[in-house]
Amino acid sequence: MNSPILLIIQREFLTRVRKKTFLLVTLIAPVLFAALMIVPGLLASMPEENKQIVVLDEPSLLLPEVGTEQYALDYLNPTEFDLELAKEFLRNSEKDALLYIPSGEGWDPDFIRKNMLLFGKEDISIDLQRFIENLLEERINKQKLLRQGVDPDVVAQAKTSVSIRSFTLGEEEGSEETSATPLKMGLGYIAGMLIYFFIFFYSVQVMRGVIEEKTSRIVEVIISSVRPYQLMLGKILGIGLVGVVQFLIWIILCTTIYGVVSTFVFPDLLAQSAGAGAPGMGAPDVSNIEGLQIFDMIRSINFPLVLGGFAFYFFGGYFLYSALFAALGSAIDQEADSQQFMLPVTAPMIIAIVTAMNIIQEPNGTLAFWMSMFPLTSPISMMIRLPFGIPIWQVFLSGAILIGTFFAVVGIAGKIYRVGILMYGKKVTWKELYKWLKY
Amino acid sequence: MISAKKVSKHYNKKVALDQVDLSIPKGSIYGLLGPNGAGKTSFIRIMNQITAPDSGEVYFGDELLQPRDIARIGYLPEERGLYKKMKVGEQVLYLAKLKGLTSPEAKQRARSWFERLDMVSFWDKKVEDLSKGMAQKVQFVTTVLHEPELLIFDEPFTGFDPINTNLIKKEIKRLNSEGATVIFSTHRMESVEEICDHIGLINNGQVMVEGPLLDIRKKYKSGTYSVVTKEPIEFNNEALVSNEKLHTGYSSILKFDEYPSEVIIDLAKREILVGFEEVLPSVGDIFIDIVENGPKA
Repeated sequence: MNSPILLIIQREFLTRVRKKTFLLVTLIAPVLFAALMIVPGLLASMPEENKQIVVLDEPSLLLPEVGTEQYALDYLNPTEFDLELAKEFLRNSEKDALLYIPSGEGWDPDFIRKNMLLFGKEDISIDLQRFIENLLEERINKQKLLRQGVDPDVVAQAKTSVSIRSFTLGEEEGSEETSATPLKMGLGYIAGMLIYFFIFFYSVQVMRGVIEEKTSRIVEVIISSVRPYQLMLGKILGIGLVGVVQFLIWIILCTTIYGVVSTFVFPDLLAQSAGAGAPGMGAPDVSNIEGLQIFDMIRSINFPLVLGGFAFYFFGGYFLYSALFAALGSAIDQEADSQQFMLPVTAPMIIAIVTAMNIIQEPNGTLAFWMSMFPLTSPISMMIRLPFGIPIWQVFLSGAILIGTFFAVVGIAGKIYRVGILMYGKKVTWKELYKWLKY
Repeated sequence: MISAKKVSKHYNKKVALDQVDLSIPKGSIYGLLGPNGAGKTSFIRIMNQITAPDSGEVYFGDELLQPRDIARIGYLPEERGLYKKMKVGEQVLYLAKLKGLTSPEAKQRARSWFERLDMVSFWDKKVEDLSKGMAQKVQFVTTVLHEPELLIFDEPFTGFDPINTNLIKKEIKRLNSEGATVIFSTHRMESVEEICDHIGLINNGQVMVEGPLLDIRKKYKSGTYSVVTKEPIEFNNEALVSNEKLHTGYSSILKFDEYPSEVIIDLAKREILVGFEEVLPSVGDIFIDIVENGPKA
């Protein structure tokens, strides 16, 4: 039996999957992602060129520091050289840079701090500058402490680093669990971001598809064969399927690339790069937790709930938004006109992403609660909360609201869509859309 | 074949169709005529079940129009197009399958149509690589491929080049002679007069006149006659509408309340009568007549 919806799903799926751009995006994205994970580690481990720095240290602030292997320090005698001679010396020598530390009046540390100069034959690298700055900062701090009559060693000893082991106290005795907050934060955040990305990327595809059918004037031919809601639903499902396939390929490719690279190419490199990559991406840093603890933490997360929730909000959010975008696409003639309608539709999602950090910090707060109930933000906000273990009735309530809203929105969107796809050359307003509901 | 009983449709207080009664006889070529905005497309969309009427019924044959009847109708809309990025062959098969054909059926029929219309080379091309005339042929094939009993063409000849217009008129006549009922909808009333045997004239959502074209033209005739003579003839001002000199003689348009047998006998006796014919009004004339004077009982 040739079910029309199946035919439509098939066409939507095949025409997209067969495109060269699909292949390109599907293959390149994991490579980029893998590169994002590996390259920082690779760069960090690359041996850098050694630099030789001459120091004209008038107040003997740095002496006898010789620097590191990478940045070797060498001193000029302040009685023989002044700044001009030192510069001349740099020009005629093999050295790479000149650091000038003036003594000024009374060796005032603040005067020194403000008047130090660094000259290089080439541009001074950020790394070198930071190295020098750190070194000097430490010395000047010490000088200041000494001037106040404080022993720097005492201060150094007083510096403490605290790392507390936290637990979640269960109802029963002995059910204490190692608190896995950093891991939960990472998990929730990444899952929320993935849902955001999926909804945004593929819902817009639905809108584009609708606009394409409208501008190419094929739509009236199609809906003389199938009902408009079948066309809309088929399109949403077909494009959703493209998304699922693309995601699956990405997951498989990423794991494979990561696996291959970590076992064969740079076995110890990834340990570093995992830490280096994460903070840049804005995810909480989980690299400092010890291995055994991580195992405990993973056990403390309700994975069936998190995975089930992920699948539910992943598709629920996509269906809800893609129905809205389909209605939007039907109302306009070309994508350029979509701006005025896009913002109100996408604003909730953007708010959900913006408030993600607040929700992570207080996963059971008022903001988190309401954001995870409101159906246009709940796919992202609730997903962020899920790993933290929240009352189960909230999950079900949020899910029920999402499903209910989905059916209401599909009804409304379907009506707008039905009228919109046959409207050409009309500048549509919100008022107009409202009227279409009653056609 | 298909008939409407008291069909009304409103768009937000604007009346598109008002108690429309139309009946398209089986096997006819039916012209659905009227100016832009008369309600033609609204009516066609109701026949195609794209929209539903607010009130009234549509019968397909003797039974009420059903969703499954879609497969028995072929529709070429006024706003027509194809997926630009899709290959022609694939697209034709897809649209045919949406109309309920099986894959092998669709393939076989598409092949024979492509051969008949000399478009086999289009099969693997993308639509965006076709010329406009080629795309029009493809659109025509997708409309008729599932061998519908009823063919509906909305403004079929706008945008078609003369060669395609003739080709498609010929194909439509052939399909009609094989039993298909054809509906043409157009605001260019003169363009279908030669091929239609029935017409329905609508204006402002109301049917003004409907029936066999010849009957209607006879009903609305105004006693106008065309006379060609060897020599110029003179009449009183009331009878003579216009005259002009042709290279074969003199042509005069005359108006009489009754059949002018005496005038003809007189001209024949004088041996100057070359041609005589009753002039029936064109559909355009009838339309203007009705708008100005109301329909004739």
